[in-house]
Amino acid sequence: MIFLRRQVPLLITLITGLVFAGQYYVPHPASEQMLTSVTKWLQIIGGFALVLGVSSLFHVHAVKIRRKEAGWGYSFVLYIGMLGTIAVGLWANGKEAVDGTMTAFGWVYNFMMVPLQSTMFAILAFFIASAAYRSFRARSREAAVLLIAAVIVMMGRVPLGEYLIPLSGDLSQWILNVLNASVRRAILIGVSLGTVALSIKIIFGMERSYLGGGKE
Amino acid sequence: MKGETLDVKREQARSVCGGVVLLSAAFFLSISQAFAQTTLSPPQDVRVIDTPSDGGGSLTVLWSPAPDESAVTKYQVLLSDGATVSDPASMKVVAEFPTNQRYVRESKWPWWTRPGDSGMHQFTLKNGKGVELKNGNAYSITVAAVLNGDRVIATPVQATPEPNWVNWNQMNNLLLALLFGGIVFYAISTARKREIFLRRIPGLDAVDEAIGRATELGKPILYMTGAHDMSDPSTIAAAVILGRVAKRTAAYETDLLVPHREPITMAVCQEITKQAYLEAGKPDLYKEDSNFFITSDQFSYTAAVDGIMLRKKPAANFYMGHYFAEALLLTETGASTGAIQIAGTDADHQLPFFVTTCDYTLIGEELYAASAYLSREPVQVGTLRGQDIGKALILGVIGVGTILATLGVMFDAQWPKLFLDFFRDVK
Repeated sequence: MIFLRRQVPLLITLITGLVFAGQYYVPHPASEQMLTSVTKWLQIIGGFALVLGVSSLFHVHAVKIRRKEAGWGYSFVLYIGMLGTIAVGLWANGKEAVDGTMTAFGWVYNFMMVPLQSTMFAILAFFIASAAYRSFRARSREAAVLLIAAVIVMMGRVPLGEYLIPLSGDLSQWILNVLNASVRRAILIGVSLGTVALSIKIIFGMERSYLGGGKE
Repeated sequence: MKGETLDVKREQARSVCGGVVLLSAAFFLSISQAFAQTTLSPPQDVRVIDTPSDGGGSLTVLWSPAPDESAVTKYQVLLSDGATVSDPASMKVVAEFPTNQRYVRESKWPWWTRPGDSGMHQFTLKNGKGVELKNGNAYSITVAAVLNGDRVIATPVQATPEPNWVNWNQMNNLLLALLFGGIVFYAISTARKREIFLRRIPGLDAVDEAIGRATELGKPILYMTGAHDMSDPSTIAAAVILGRVAKRTAAYETDLLVPHREPITMAVCQEITKQAYLEAGKPDLYKEDSNFFITSDQFSYTAAVDGIMLRKKPAANFYMGHYFAEALLLTETGASTGAIQIAGTDADHQLPFFVTTCDYTLIGEELYAASAYLSREPVQVGTLRGQDIGKALILGVIGVGTILATLGVMFDAQWPKLFLDFFRDVK
């Protein structure tokens, strides 16, 4: 049992890890074809996994409705929304429009889903303002530096700001191109090395906790 | 009368002068054309090769530069199916460009795969835009020089495109990966022999504090694994940290909520959480529903998690993995509920949002270091040391490169460029 639960997955990880690391250096169409096939397999597995996800969603919300937990009404709305969308989707054969006419499925997507998504995204502007207000209070030396840099960049990025403080344009460019870019690159170098190190650990079985954690 | 005679003479003189100017212009034009015609010679040393280190369907033509190349004179690359060409003038023009462009030195080939001297011209023919090259078929290719409508064509050369099995252009990448891998293995063996110092990471020290706080308040802990799927290293790192966090929540008997955007990640995290509860000796406390799927849609997920935050008021929120625009929507809502917030991400665009709204943020590689920091296992700690040695090497090369580039500018010297080109190609 341990062999099936541990050794086989580790062996598969080792072989596929090495093969696909090597695939990066092989430009031959056969190698590309192999990558395409495996990507398709992943998509198929992902499709099956969606069943897992949806069943989890149904189960969690069914429990909430049954126990009448706080906010169970939202779970009820979720059920209606999900079953309703599945029904109209099947009815419209998964098409948003037929002969230029919008189907009920298309209507749900265009007039419910898209506006709701836009609303969530639009809230971001207000959240940025509130987060900026909280963070830019000069409570410490670091926060004061953040505040000064933010004011310079803000002034340099809008025409009125640059008109009022002509130097802010060049200064904000310098902050973005020199200070910001160099720090970003430093972070990216660290991230890249971390990614490679983690990949090595996984391929060679030194990191196994993703299989269910612990040492056998 | 005298005045009229003078005017006539002036008019005659003007017309004579004009005629002389016109004649001179025509003379010089004809001379320059004759000169140009005499200097237009066919491109020399034309070579056509199968483009090295590619997947096929591509040929590269190389030729020597002419002595008087300029933007006025142009080169045409001509292509024809088959190994023989009866009339080169009938070949299809697939590219035209000024003669002072497309040198080997301007190509993306590193020095170890350049097919010719850096001063030679090169043009790579690929499938697309009127060109269709099939692997195994022979093609005739040549180059013509064009000036003022005149064209001289070099002798066509035959070549056959073939796919290659090794991309030698990427060998620097492979060598660096092997070198880094070697450093990591060496560091691991060192870590097994003696203890390696790890600097404090306040964000990870705060994990216990956050779980303890949640236990005291009797509120759950919310843990998110990011927007990517299990093929992304940041998600794997987040899942590994989840194992450590779940072990502590099991020990403290605190509720754990892990909403997911991806079903496979959910399944993996369920296993990790289950194992963590087993290891903590509290398998009975494990709930299958602690890991649950919400949706793959970005803002629907955000709205759902924000709702959970506002209704259940978790005492601690963990944001590990990769995030996009939802980062601030989640963390700002979390901050408004008064939860202690710990983030760890390699998404450099979202870092400012996490830093401003969370109590602790693991920046970039600290996310990958978390597993080692929390477990203190020699293998994990050794990997961290390997990363540090790798960073030290990169830092050293950047330092040397900066000094060389500065010296080159200060003393107007060319020799630093050799080293800088070497660094650029090897990077």
